[in-house]
Amino acid sequence: MHIATSPAFKENAHHALEDAGLQKALARSGPSFIARRTAAVAGLPEFEQLRDIARDIKNHTLANLDFYLETWADNVEKSGGKVHWCATADEARDAVLTICQAANARTVTKGKSMISEELGINDHLERHGITPVETDLGEYIIQLRHELPSHIIAPAFHLNLEDWEDSFRKSHTDLPADRVFHERRDILTEARTKLRQKFLAADVGITGANFLIAETGSSVIVTNEGNGDLTQTLPRVHIVLASIEKMVPTIEDCTSLLRVLARSATGQDFSVYTTFSTGARRPGDLDGPDEYHVVLVDNGRSAMLGTEFQEMLRCIRCAACMNHCPVYGAVGGHAYGWVYPGPMGSVLTPSLIGVNQAGHLPNASTFCGKCENVCPVKIPLPKLMRHWREREFERHLTPPVMRTNLALWAYFARRPGLYRLATRTAAWTLGLLGRKHGRFHKLPFATGWTGGRDLPAPEGDTFFARYAREQRAGRIR
Amino acid sequence: MLTAIRRGLRRGPLPADQAAMLRGRMASHPRHLIPARSRLSHAGQINLFVANVEKEFGSVARVPDLHAVPDAVATYLAAQNLPTDIVMAPHPDLQSIPWDTRPLLHLREGRAEASDLVSLQHAFAGIAETGTLMLPSAPQRPTTLNLLADTEIVLLRASRLVGAYEEAWDLLRTEHDGMPRNVMLVTGPSRSADIEQTLELGAHGPRRLHVVLVEDAAA
Repeated sequence: MHIATSPAFKENAHHALEDAGLQKALARSGPSFIARRTAAVAGLPEFEQLRDIARDIKNHTLANLDFYLETWADNVEKSGGKVHWCATADEARDAVLTICQAANARTVTKGKSMISEELGINDHLERHGITPVETDLGEYIIQLRHELPSHIIAPAFHLNLEDWEDSFRKSHTDLPADRVFHERRDILTEARTKLRQKFLAADVGITGANFLIAETGSSVIVTNEGNGDLTQTLPRVHIVLASIEKMVPTIEDCTSLLRVLARSATGQDFSVYTTFSTGARRPGDLDGPDEYHVVLVDNGRSAMLGTEFQEMLRCIRCAACMNHCPVYGAVGGHAYGWVYPGPMGSVLTPSLIGVNQAGHLPNASTFCGKCENVCPVKIPLPKLMRHWREREFERHLTPPVMRTNLALWAYFARRPGLYRLATRTAAWTLGLLGRKHGRFHKLPFATGWTGGRDLPAPEGDTFFARYAREQRAGRIR
Repeated sequence: MLTAIRRGLRRGPLPADQAAMLRGRMASHPRHLIPARSRLSHAGQINLFVANVEKEFGSVARVPDLHAVPDAVATYLAAQNLPTDIVMAPHPDLQSIPWDTRPLLHLREGRAEASDLVSLQHAFAGIAETGTLMLPSAPQRPTTLNLLADTEIVLLRASRLVGAYEEAWDLLRTEHDGMPRNVMLVTGPSRSADIEQTLELGAHGPRRLHVVLVEDAAA
């Protein structure tokens, strides 16, 4: 598994703000994701109703998850596939390795899969002499650069054209060093040629799954490049990595979720390739894998059931929350320090690696609520982040200064008369001090705030006082 | 794992009556809300399908019957300056086409290989809602034809064009005994936006997707 740098979120965020290349990438790509989703949603009048339906399908499935998993597994076996039940990341890594070794695999092609990142499959295979090759264009360059994805659907979100050129020149040393990349297409073409050879040579193909369908025992992947399909069609063995919450009961349920997935993710009406795989090659088939394995992974998810975090298991990994998040938009994905960034990561990461590791993440939110507003399965992300803050506080993981300040604030908040007196004094004093400039560049005890922005000076009065005045004047009832 | 899940859900295995209810739900696989956009006359659905394929950077040629297919294919390949060697799905519909009217087209039946530049596939159904082709795998419909060639040409009968995905799934359930090994829903040619979030066509799959739509009598 990847070593989390989530405990260093604050330092990570500072570096991110000073990283000119990252800031360039964020400024370029952030607004376009939002605009594309907005256009796609506007094109489907039923979108809001479909969000409710999507939420209800996922809730129904989670409430009966044991039943649907068993039904699905039976159907996988009936169609000639094999299910490997893995409670932990260790078990899942070993299951993948065992299948690859049984197939005498030397190289393994891979479709994009976040669960593979979570499990650290690539490192595990490499340690055992098997070469994994990422084939999604974004994942491919991340692998060349030995980085982690910075976004769950756009792994190379943080890179600019010059980074691509640089990495390709360094890695593809068999090609002429003086070749010219005129445009993005030239990069794409070079990757296509390089990876085509890998697709054809691979012994095993590993993909993720966007959905598992109980009714048919199918796994579903959604891609635009076609790399996932080449990965699962050409090699002799296909391994699907899927976590338990990918389950849906029927094809119709899956179809309804697909209607909100692509629109929320890339702003497409439908992705280019939506592929349903069911078992191994059938008699008479001219292509397709001889073996079909599903490595079914729990890795901490079942422990979320029955807790206030159960709703997080509805997530279909569209990335709309991070695309609309002001914090993600400022610091990018790597600052979050593990596999899942943005609001969904701020809720999921503490569940999977512990709030002692990832306690900063649910605090890295302005609670603007945009993430919840765009979530296709209506996960109340701000509420769940608040639950993590509470747990962090209960477990005494909150830093002492913050605890003291919170206790101080609580002391006053529980004594309204004192609270009003204190705020009135503070507002009056600050108002007087700041009268000249209307703002403070620097304040004692508040450098955490003024270090990054100015504090507007109060106008000499408190909200309470003003509210009471307005009420007396009859302007508020 | 199931034990851990049940512990979270605070119950044992589902009681028999509830399990039966869930099995009933799967057997009837109820549809949810279907967007109104594809609720059109058949002619309207054809137009919506064509518009959506073109919106997704594919192209469509409409022909009156199977006899007109060789001309349509040859014309398309010539216009795109593409070779005339084609690997074709061994499907009876495609085999019944009078290919000898265009002797310059060289057809080979089978699965696609890495060296194939043009493939000819047979669509099980078309879906107007988003301009999507349903391509279930079968001995007469190899999956590699959808993936390896630079240019994929797909024959679709207008009588197999439906409005929503659900209608295509119903066709598949009726005509197919169980789920095929692979069902691809294809909407336009391969693409990637991984480089600077800017769309480029022709990632790993076909660079071009061309639909030959046969407006057969049933339409």
